[in-house]
Amino acid sequence: MTMDSTQSQSPRPRLSLGPILYHWPREQVLDFYAEMLETPVDVIYLGETVCSKRRLLRPEDYWELAERVVAAGKQAVISTLALIESDGELKTLKRICADERFLVEANDLGALEFLEGRHFVAGHSINLYNQRTLAFLVARGLKRWVLPVELGRETAADLLAARADGVECELFAFGRLPLAYSARCFTAYNRDLPKDDCRFCCGDYPDGLLVATQDGEPFLALNGIQTQSAGTHNLLPSLQEVTRMGVDLLRISPQSQNTAGIIEVFAACLTGEMDLAAGMSKLRGWTPSGLCDGYWTGQAGIANSPVERRV
Amino acid sequence: MELVCPAGNLPSLKAAVDNGADAVYIGFRDDTNARHFAGLNFGDKQIREGLKYARDRKVKVFVAVNTYAQPSGWPRWTAAVDRAADLAVDALILADMGVLDYAAERHPNLNLHLSVQGSATNPAAIGFMHRHFGIRRVVVPRVLSLAQVANLIENVEVPVEIFGFGSLCVMVEGRCLLSSYASGQSPNTYGACSPAAHVEWRDTPQGQETRLGGVLIERRGHGEPAGYPTLCKGRFTVEGEIRHAIEEPTSLNTLDILPGILAAGVSAIKLEGRQRSTRYVSQVTRVWRDAIDACKRNPQAFRAKESWHQALAQVSEGAQTTIGPYHRPWH
Repeated sequence: MTMDSTQSQSPRPRLSLGPILYHWPREQVLDFYAEMLETPVDVIYLGETVCSKRRLLRPEDYWELAERVVAAGKQAVISTLALIESDGELKTLKRICADERFLVEANDLGALEFLEGRHFVAGHSINLYNQRTLAFLVARGLKRWVLPVELGRETAADLLAARADGVECELFAFGRLPLAYSARCFTAYNRDLPKDDCRFCCGDYPDGLLVATQDGEPFLALNGIQTQSAGTHNLLPSLQEVTRMGVDLLRISPQSQNTAGIIEVFAACLTGEMDLAAGMSKLRGWTPSGLCDGYWTGQAGIANSPVERRV
Repeated sequence: MELVCPAGNLPSLKAAVDNGADAVYIGFRDDTNARHFAGLNFGDKQIREGLKYARDRKVKVFVAVNTYAQPSGWPRWTAAVDRAADLAVDALILADMGVLDYAAERHPNLNLHLSVQGSATNPAAIGFMHRHFGIRRVVVPRVLSLAQVANLIENVEVPVEIFGFGSLCVMVEGRCLLSSYASGQSPNTYGACSPAAHVEWRDTPQGQETRLGGVLIERRGHGEPAGYPTLCKGRFTVEGEIRHAIEEPTSLNTLDILPGILAAGVSAIKLEGRQRSTRYVSQVTRVWRDAIDACKRNPQAFRAKESWHQALAQVSEGAQTTIGPYHRPWH
């Protein structure tokens, strides 16, 4: 099946840009978004989702950025912290959720308490694994959900078939996979620093701190309290399939280098201007530790699916 | 403060009851619970016998249906909920919002606990689950310090249960995918972390190797003790140095802070280990029963006895124990 024949059945998925997961300097963040406004993403998620100690940008800064995103003709979504423990974190969350100018992405169950009754997005760290959870959250105001990253195409297809009209499904389509959250800051831990005196050492690793196996294989990337995959999850090889399935949005997760190029590759492959093999060869050169897509085909997340190996 | 003890089979359930458990938690023999291990858990006959044994001795039985259902397996989760309701268990421990919604609608009188796998760590999250599903207890993930637990208890109307002893999850429960990243199966989707079928042990000239899903998660010297092969406790290379990048092979033991736990208003202490032996269940239940009783009698004078620590050390995984996240410097 060619891309053209799939387009007549389902609209092409749109592209979104996930929140920046790393601790980049403020100037770099602002430059990054200035560049991103020029790219063909339709939706931009903004906000700190990993660590409440990272405050180089405040909610006010993200709201200001969101205004610029909207002015550029894109949708802005304010994203929120994935693990809420302290009173301070809860207060900030409540304040962000109380602002109704922009759609908000819930990443901790606590956000649902504040967002219920208005439209919201459930991020991939909200455990939406089945149709009953989907229907329950739709009744609370969910307009879009990001599939939890360990779920694959079978469950995605079942959920897509069960969704109510107007509810959108987004897939984490490119980036190091957020795999776990902890009270412990692993970057500080590996620098032998206590969390309360972390010196923001996560800022030294703009794409996370690599954890390799003892036989030298890249395995994980530590990003503060978040543990990511070292491999970059990539759904480009499955573009036709996700289009056919009716997936609405594909999320590109920001990395410190080549994010604009990655977006261009996805956009060009979606329209058919670029073939997948050409796209894949570009992407392979732009990832810190190689590509993977096992979760999508029901294998271990670290695996490369047969689809991926064919391209 | 209730003592909630693990049981992976009928002899363990009886051992927990005999040694002073206030409640025993168990699971069915499938992927609906987070200890989905071969040869473990309860069929109908064992459950009925276990329930009778516990009830005759005024001990409660809780059933964990605390993994996440996907559409293709959904009927297994609803069947597990219905079965627990038919058995009139004292509480059903659930994690999945869809399953909670089903249970609350279908069995409104069933006593629901939010599992640690439900990943609720703050008053807003717990309030949401309480408002919608009427949960009557929450088991909080092992990410909060004791001060945070105390603060949480002041700010929620739902009684709080914490983990006091056993194998230590370093990540917030219910949202850790490390196992499925390496093996394709996680606690959420399959009911086991680092499942045994995907673990491989190999003796090589470089040392004893443990692989999970083919990924080398530990290589130790010949003669070094081998722990349970959980990938977060393995050794990896970080910036040229081989180290425990996530956590050491250590287990949780909060005996020393028991007065603080009591003072915080914790409603129940859970001991981990449904996959462990009957001897383990007997030993840890006995120690914790004695400790809780001693602490309640006189919290000010409470000191954990050396004999208790020794008894626990005999059955602990690995030699080290930690107060873990309850103690801020661990973070």
